[in-house]
Amino acid sequence: MNFPELDIYAADTIPKEEFAVPGHRACQGCAEILALRIALKALGRNTIIAMATGCMEIISTPLPLTDWRLPWIHVAFENTAAVASGVESALKILVDKGRIPKKDIHVIAVAGDGGTSDIGIQALSGALERGHKFTYICLDNEAYMNTGIQRSSSTPYGAMTTTSPPGKKSIGQSTWKKNMPKIAAAHNIPYVATACPSYPFDLFSKVKKARMVNGPSYIHILSVCPTGWRIPVNESIKYGRLAVETGIFPLYEIEKGKYRLTFNPEPLRQVIDYLSGQGRFRHLTVKTISAIQEHVKLDWKRLKYLCGINK
Amino acid sequence: MSTKKGIEVSIATSIAAQLARVEVVAAYPITPQTHIVEHLSELVANGELEAVYINVESEHSAMSACCGASAAGARTFTSTSAQGLELMHEILFIASGLRLPIVMATVNRALSSPLSIWGDHSDIMAARDTGWIMLFCENGQEVVDTVIMAFKIAENRNVLLPVMVNLDGFSLSHVIEPIEFPPQKDVDSFLPPYKPLYSLHPDKPVTMGAYAMPELYTEAKYAQEMALINSKKTIVDVMTEFGDKFGRHYKPVETYNTENTDFAFICLGSINENIATAIDELKSNGKEAGLIKLRLFRPFPKEELLDALKDKKRIAVVERAMPAGAINGPLYNEIASLIYNNKLDITLENYIVGLGGRDVHPEDFVDVYDKKIAAKTDKNYNVIGVRK
Repeated sequence: MNFPELDIYAADTIPKEEFAVPGHRACQGCAEILALRIALKALGRNTIIAMATGCMEIISTPLPLTDWRLPWIHVAFENTAAVASGVESALKILVDKGRIPKKDIHVIAVAGDGGTSDIGIQALSGALERGHKFTYICLDNEAYMNTGIQRSSSTPYGAMTTTSPPGKKSIGQSTWKKNMPKIAAAHNIPYVATACPSYPFDLFSKVKKARMVNGPSYIHILSVCPTGWRIPVNESIKYGRLAVETGIFPLYEIEKGKYRLTFNPEPLRQVIDYLSGQGRFRHLTVKTISAIQEHVKLDWKRLKYLCGINK
Repeated sequence: MSTKKGIEVSIATSIAAQLARVEVVAAYPITPQTHIVEHLSELVANGELEAVYINVESEHSAMSACCGASAAGARTFTSTSAQGLELMHEILFIASGLRLPIVMATVNRALSSPLSIWGDHSDIMAARDTGWIMLFCENGQEVVDTVIMAFKIAENRNVLLPVMVNLDGFSLSHVIEPIEFPPQKDVDSFLPPYKPLYSLHPDKPVTMGAYAMPELYTEAKYAQEMALINSKKTIVDVMTEFGDKFGRHYKPVETYNTENTDFAFICLGSINENIATAIDELKSNGKEAGLIKLRLFRPFPKEELLDALKDKKRIAVVERAMPAGAINGPLYNEIASLIYNNKLDITLENYIVGLGGRDVHPEDFVDVYDKKIAAKTDKNYNVIGVRK
C-alpha cells in the first residue's frame, strides 16, 4: 500500500526524523532496535542517552563509528541509571549556575532485561528513589541475547536458554518472569508503562507521556528477538502481537499509582498460539503449557482488578 | 594573607572542594571518609556550595554518576575508602579511559577480611593501575592544596584524566591541624570554571564510550597511557604555579635531610612525618638518615626519583600493604625496577608497617637505621612487629 498524502492526513503521527540511523549491526528482525527507533522519535532531538552494555550498545558503536544522532554515553553494564543520574544532575546545576543556556533536555537510560532486572536493579532502584527527572527504558528480549542467550530473571517460565537448558531433570527456565514494572511502580514514581513495538502508536504515546512527567518514569518494552527465541526473522511483529493478545505481556500504564489497561485484547487467545511457533518453547509438555495458561489467567485477573475492570 | 585555623583534615578537604567550586558530588558514606561527605552535603544544604549532592546507593553508582556528571561538563568530586574503592574498581578504569577529569579524595583504609576500618594502603595499592593520576598527602595543608591543584591538573586539555588525592584514614583524616585556606578569589583565578573539550549536549551530539575491536584497542590504550605519562609536565607546572601564587611549593618527589647521607627511607603518605621525627632523633645522636617522599605515585616520577637516589647506597622502602604473594611490596617493586633499569648500586630493603591502623613508632625507623631490625627475614621483607 502507498499513502502519498500521509503527511497531510496524518501530520501528527510518528515523525520522520531518525536518531538511530541505518547501518547498525542488529540481527535481522530485531524488534529491540525498532522499539528504540520509535522511542527516540517520540523523545526528539533534545535527548541524551545513557546506555548499558548489551545488544543495543554493541550493535551501534564500534569505534570510530556510531549509530546515534543524539549525545550518547556508555559506561558499563549495571550502572546506566546511575550514569543518567549524574548527567541529569550536571545539566541541572550547569543551567542553575548559568554555565549553559536553559533548554528542555531529557535524559534517558536504556538497558536490556539483564541490565535492568538483574545486574542493574540496584542502580535503577537508587535512581528512581532519588527522583531524578529521567526516563528509564528497559528493552526486554527475555534473556542475555548479546552474550549468547543465557537466562535472566526476565526469561519466561519454561523457556530454553543456553543456561536454562531443558533436560531429564529440567523443564527449561524454572522460575516465573520477574515483574519489573511492578517493582518500578513500588518506588511511587509518576509514570510506569509497558509497551511493545508491535503496537508502535501505543509505544510512541507512552514515551511522549514519560518525557512530560516531573520525575522518574519507567517503560518496559517487550522486544522480540528472533535469534534468541528461535523464530523466523519476519515474524517479530507477529509474536509481539501474540504476546499481547494471549495476555502474556499486557499493555498498561501506571500513572501516579493508577493502573490503566491501554489495550484490552479480550477475549484472550490461548497461550499455545504464542508458545507453539517458538523454538525456545518447543520442548514444553502439555502439563507445562497448562501451568503457563493458568498463571497467565491469574495474572490477567489481578491486572484487571488493579485497572478497575470487573467482569 | 589568610591565616591558619585549627580544623579537622576531613572538614578541610571538603572546604577545599568548596573552594574549587565543585558542581556535582556523588558519594556513598564509608568510614573514615564520612566527615568529608557529611560536610559537603551540609555546605550544599546551606547554600554555601552551589552544587548537586547525589546521595547514591553505592560507591559503584557514585563513580558511575560522577562519570555521567563529568561527561555532561560539570566539575565533579567524590570521596571514598577501602571497600568503597574496591566496589567502584570497575568504573575507575572507565573514568580514566573516557578521559573524565573527576577528582576523588581517597581516605586510605585497610581492606577486609578481617574487616578493619583503620588506615593502611591496601585499598589504593589494589587500585594503583586504574589509569588515574595519584597524589599522596602527608598533612592536612597538603590535602587542601592538592585537592585544588588536582582539578587544575585533571582539567588541563593535555591531561583530561581523573585524579586521586590520597590521605591516610584516621591518622590524617581525623586529626585537627592548623591549616591555611587560600582566599576564594585567588582560587578562582588559579582555577577558572571547567570548560570541557567535549560534553554531552544535543547541540553537538557526541558518542562517548564506544567499544574497540582488536585493530583499535591497543591504539586507544596507548594514547591514554601517553596522556598519563605526559601528564607529569602539567603536574609540575601546576605545582609551580600554585607555589608562585600561594607560597607553598610542592614537587612530585620531595626530600628531607638527604644531602649528607647515603641512606634514605622512601614512603607514601602521613607516615613520612613519623619518619622525619626518627630522622631528627637520629641527627641528635650524630647519625644522618634521609627521607624521600613520593607525593606523586602515578605517573611514577622516575626522573625525579632517580635524581633523589643518586649518591645513595642503602634505601629502606616503607609501605603499608601486604605483598599478597609477590616477592616484595608494590612500592618496593616499582623502585627495584627503576634501580635495575638504571643499573644503580643500591641496597634495597623492604619494611611493611602500619597495617589495619597498627601504630607506627618513630623508634622502629631508628632501629631500621641501626640495623637492629632485620632487613630480611625468611621473606624478602620484614613485617615490623608481627607476632608469628
